Amino acid sequence: MSPSSRDQIFSKIRAVLPQSSLLPDLNSVGQWQTFVNPSARFADVLKFVGGEAVFVKTLAEADAHLRTMPEWNLAKIRCSVVSGLGDSTIDLNAIDDPHDLENVDFAVLRGHFGVAENGAIWVTDDTVKHRVLYFIPQRLAIAVPASQIVHNLHEAYERLTVGHHRFAGFISGPSKTADIEQSLVIGAHGARSLTVYLVEEMSKYEP
Amino acid sequence: MSHPALARDFIANRERTQWHDKALWFVREKRDRMASSVPEWELLRETASAIKQHTLSLLPDYLEQFESNAAKLGVVVHWAADAHEHNEIVLGILQQRNVRRLVKSKSMLTEECHLNPYLEQHGIEVVDTDLGERIVQLRKETPSHIVLPAIHIKKEEVGECFHEHLGTKKGASDPKYLAEAARHHLRERFCRADAGLTGVNFAIAETGGIVICTNEGNADLGVSLPKLHIACMGFEKLIPRAADLGVFLRLLARSATGQPITTYSSHFHGPPAGCELHIVIVDNGRTEIFRNPEFRRSLNCIRCGACMNTCPVYRRSGGHSYEATVPGPIGSILTPIQTPEKHSSLPFACTLCGSCTDVCPVKIDLHHQLFAMREVLDGKRLIGASKKLSMKLVSGVLSRTWLYNLLGTAARLSLRWLPRFLIYNPLNAWGRQRELPLAPKKTFRQQFAERQQKDDKR
Repeated sequence: MSPSSRDQIFSKIRAVLPQSSLLPDLNSVGQWQTFVNPSARFADVLKFVGGEAVFVKTLAEADAHLRTMPEWNLAKIRCSVVSGLGDSTIDLNAIDDPHDLENVDFAVLRGHFGVAENGAIWVTDDTVKHRVLYFIPQRLAIAVPASQIVHNLHEAYERLTVGHHRFAGFISGPSKTADIEQSLVIGAHGARSLTVYLVEEMSKYEP
Repeated sequence: MSHPALARDFIANRERTQWHDKALWFVREKRDRMASSVPEWELLRETASAIKQHTLSLLPDYLEQFESNAAKLGVVVHWAADAHEHNEIVLGILQQRNVRRLVKSKSMLTEECHLNPYLEQHGIEVVDTDLGERIVQLRKETPSHIVLPAIHIKKEEVGECFHEHLGTKKGASDPKYLAEAARHHLRERFCRADAGLTGVNFAIAETGGIVICTNEGNADLGVSLPKLHIACMGFEKLIPRAADLGVFLRLLARSATGQPITTYSSHFHGPPAGCELHIVIVDNGRTEIFRNPEFRRSLNCIRCGACMNTCPVYRRSGGHSYEATVPGPIGSILTPIQTPEKHSSLPFACTLCGSCTDVCPVKIDLHHQLFAMREVLDGKRLIGASKKLSMKLVSGVLSRTWLYNLLGTAARLSLRWLPRFLIYNPLNAWGRQRELPLAPKKTFRQQFAERQQKDDKR
């Protein structure tokens, strides 16, 4: 680390600062896109990006659906952080090294809200012990309260306190690549599939 | 070598040129569909551009704010004046912790700094984990596009490469099969890596956090298993507020690949307990660009690649013909500012059609800058004699009405009556790949004069 490089960069920039210009106020620049039925739009976009949305009334209903999925039934190593939805063959709290999650076949996780315009779900590290759980399982299901769908990303950031979590982010669909001749392949490095349960009777997450 | 010389090699294979052109146009069309599905698209572009302009005008303040907020989160912030210092810093961090194996996600900055060969010289195994980047790494090439690094490679060639390096079946070319093989190969690398290195899409001054966008999830896997994460960024990645991400994330993936958002948009605010996060902020010529009001706006760039996908010259000449880390229209501005001697031909790899300016999500006036860059290069006497001579000739003709009329008549008559071998002579570059149009019987001036006569009679 060289403090002189830092000073050099700052003095070079300060020497030629352009005239200041205003930072746009995002609430007043105009109207952002909204949808008549945000949940339906969310489900459509999620399908477009390779995921699947399932509307259910209760977690029990979601659980029944999950247990009809061959991928769930064939999964040898499973874990769930949503009580009443799926089950776990490993004890997450007993795992200290994230490498030990390498062979998780199916994980059931929790999302805080969805974004209708792009099918993304906001997830945070306080609901899982290791953040790698969002990326390493072969398959993912995420449960989100059905009432928690916002129209667009601006609305999403309005309700967030970014920086509150060491890791947080949006996940939209399963992992994918088109790096070989622009052919879309689902399941690049992360999850090969993403099922999103939009649960009517599900409370917001309180840590 | 100059862009025309390298492009000549590329277009020698006509079938491949067309295939390349189509592949990129396909991405451009996806982008169009996405852009037109957002009613406030133009408002988003304007807002994004205004945010970037504002950020640049208060850049030192925002950099300081970012630095102190990141430090509060436990991040170690480093500053590098140039590529060499950047590489030394990264190597230093790795060596102090005895890192032998590094996994990397896509970072054009580290390409720019030639980090991989530097680390390899010092005995560190570097694995690029973005599928496209892994392909070019195994083929000992460089990316030919900033978002689609392997866009110039055919699936059969990927198959050959994977057969040699990953032991896939000989002759296999199914993208699904090949991507699956890469998944297994790279999972192994992820799991045994000692450290993960990433680029940065956005750095938030107000929170000290960084945002990294991928579709494959490679950045996230790479930094969530080992205890050390190094993120490298140019200082132009800064944005003031977290809420600004609402604007930029709506634009980025739609412009880049025609997706509503990338699969993963990960927000990192400090390292997890027991882990380390280092952020290296790099100048490497950026202050030089910043100093120049004419080209400063090119620092708005969020590296979506839309200008490449739409550029008729890029699509038909391939990324490698630019010999630059960032090719295409934006690269033809950023690169010659730093190395005008080596890259003087790049601003001329452009028809000034303006399509890049139309698609740019942060409203960089690309084709105006490309034009301005030609003037800069002329000022530095870096424009070839043949180009200068023809410019002089043209300006001589255009400034003399009688000469213009005379030559116009001569050209019209020649196109109509001269035998083919004379028109398509070796000196006529315009006749090499195309049929010249049949000249109209009357000139525009004649037609215009006749119309006016008619009007007058009425």
